[in-house]
Amino acid sequence: MNKKASIDFNQMPDAHGHFGPYGGRFVSETLIYALDELESIYRNLKDDPEFQAQFDYDLAHYVGRPSPLYFAERWTRETGGAKLFLKREDLNHTGAHKINNTIGQALLAKHTGKQRVIAETGAGQHGVATATVAARLGLECHVFMGEEDIQRQSLNVYRMKLLGATVVPVTSGSRTLKDAMNEALRDWVTNVDDTFYIIGTCAGPHPYPELVRNFQSVIGREARQQSLAQTGKLPDALVACVGGGSNAIGLFHPFLADESVAMYGVEAGGFGLGTGKHAAPLNDGIPGVLHGNRTYLMEDENGQIIETHSISAGLDYPGVGPEHSWLKDIGRVKYVAIDDDEAMDAFRHLTRIEGIMPALESSHAIAYAEKLARQMDPDQTIVVNLSGRGDKDILTVAEIDGITL
Amino acid sequence: MNRIKQRFEALKQQGRKALIPYVVLGDPAADVTLPVMHALVEQGADILELGVPFSDPTAEGPVIQKAHERALAHGSSLRDALTLVKQFRETDFTTPVILMGYANPIERLGYQHFIELALDAGIDGVLTVDLPPEEAGEFNQQLGEAGIENIFLLAPTSTDKRQTMVAEMAGGFIYYVSLKGVTGAGNLDVVSVKQHVDHIRTLTDLPVCVGFGIKDGASARAVADLSDGVVVGSVLVSKMAELAARGETSPRAFSQAVSSLVAEMRDALDN
Repeated sequence: MNKKASIDFNQMPDAHGHFGPYGGRFVSETLIYALDELESIYRNLKDDPEFQAQFDYDLAHYVGRPSPLYFAERWTRETGGAKLFLKREDLNHTGAHKINNTIGQALLAKHTGKQRVIAETGAGQHGVATATVAARLGLECHVFMGEEDIQRQSLNVYRMKLLGATVVPVTSGSRTLKDAMNEALRDWVTNVDDTFYIIGTCAGPHPYPELVRNFQSVIGREARQQSLAQTGKLPDALVACVGGGSNAIGLFHPFLADESVAMYGVEAGGFGLGTGKHAAPLNDGIPGVLHGNRTYLMEDENGQIIETHSISAGLDYPGVGPEHSWLKDIGRVKYVAIDDDEAMDAFRHLTRIEGIMPALESSHAIAYAEKLARQMDPDQTIVVNLSGRGDKDILTVAEIDGITL
Repeated sequence: MNRIKQRFEALKQQGRKALIPYVVLGDPAADVTLPVMHALVEQGADILELGVPFSDPTAEGPVIQKAHERALAHGSSLRDALTLVKQFRETDFTTPVILMGYANPIERLGYQHFIELALDAGIDGVLTVDLPPEEAGEFNQQLGEAGIENIFLLAPTSTDKRQTMVAEMAGGFIYYVSLKGVTGAGNLDVVSVKQHVDHIRTLTDLPVCVGFGIKDGASARAVADLSDGVVVGSVLVSKMAELAARGETSPRAFSQAVSSLVAEMRDALDN
């Protein structure tokens, strides 16, 4: 634990994008130039007051920030234990935290002068958030999406099309999010001169994990101020779901130096950690190299990436942002898993007792927070990141209930 | 002396250009690759590049992606590649063999363990697509100590600074990627290739070979005239895919199919 005290979390990653042994830039030579260009533009704009003001303005007037920190009184009472607060990212424009990042990256794209943006998407939330900012800025937008996911998420596919984006079906590999990211990287390498790649999570080659974290950190900065204003103290614990991990790092990062604040990242336990059918690399994976960074991965004994399973498409990814890998190793954040059934129960429970329908991704965090709250005292507080709203998941839930809508 | 160096010196004395065919280990079946490798050598291949299948081959176009998928479908692995090259060496002591692939399977074995197995198998060079110089320091040093050449890519987008950095670290030859794109793309620009290759030559004494987008004898010749050799992959893999799609399983049929393509390129390079 002493190890953490001396770390300046704001100085991470290092100049080459490394978080300890993780992160970095594992891409083919052609893309290095584009990453160097992105990094240099970002370095110039990061502390530029005008850029920051534009970002803040868009978050306030277009996204609707700050998002509320809501004290879930009935949920707290029925759970028994610590006070449960929800950080309401589900109330953002487009219904999830993803827009915080796409607003930021679209502003960067604008500065490069590139007229075309691309994105990968799993559940379609990042695709929608990218198509949204592209529509607003008049940029051509191509979203890569696995053929499997296109069938599972037809609503979001249609939303993207209405927004003017081209949805490109990906038929290679397992036809899910990881393959969509492969295809986006291939497109980028081919159209690198006129294309800006808007990555949706805090993974990928440097500087993506850093800049996505910084754009998403608005979540934690707000939650910090709101906690102080509403409870007079910092929260005792933070809970967020982790697929790639952008909503979690956004909530956690502004609190990392506050040693009194415990943090829990909740991975998708799928059918259960013991079954191997899950998407929990931090709980049951090993470090390796994929999609431009070194991080914990789900892979077989030959180093091939294996197919993951989660009821929630947004968590169904075999890797995780490199900063989470590092935070796990140094012990600053505890990573746990919630399985499909527990997440479904939490989805139904929160909907019925608070009138708030969480995304299946966020339902993993809800489920864990409830377990955690019971072990804590009533004068303690937990902030749970409600990273997205559950409307997009209604078809999935109905199918489980045997209902055809 | 490393077989890659020997081969380039011999080619230089003969005034010939290197022909470097690429096939994927285990594509489409485990028993096809070894006879294909020998057939490629018989038809005039100077160096063999053996693709190691990976679940997420981000630098590959559709043709080679599918080859990786065919090979993985029956469990081909990096260990299999090492075993196969060892078998190849039972009868061929002179043709250099390079493994081309991605970092993760190597990381899974561990650099040192991989290098021990590679030395034992008789592998001469390694090209790891997603291990650029910034991330390759430790591996590069260990390969260097073992006498295995670490081959790096340079691209049309590589800056002068990066070209210098790569030239300092690289072994064997410089693999110049002829275009912005994935393997098998069709937008080869010979004028641009010449400018870049000429510039790379001012930075290094290593041979410069060109790959990506070379489809036939004519394009091979055009690019070889500007460089020290050509890497040919997708066109061979595509031919093998055609046979596989027709249900062909005889290793001999695959060998014959790639033989005629390589013979045509050899002829174009030499005459």
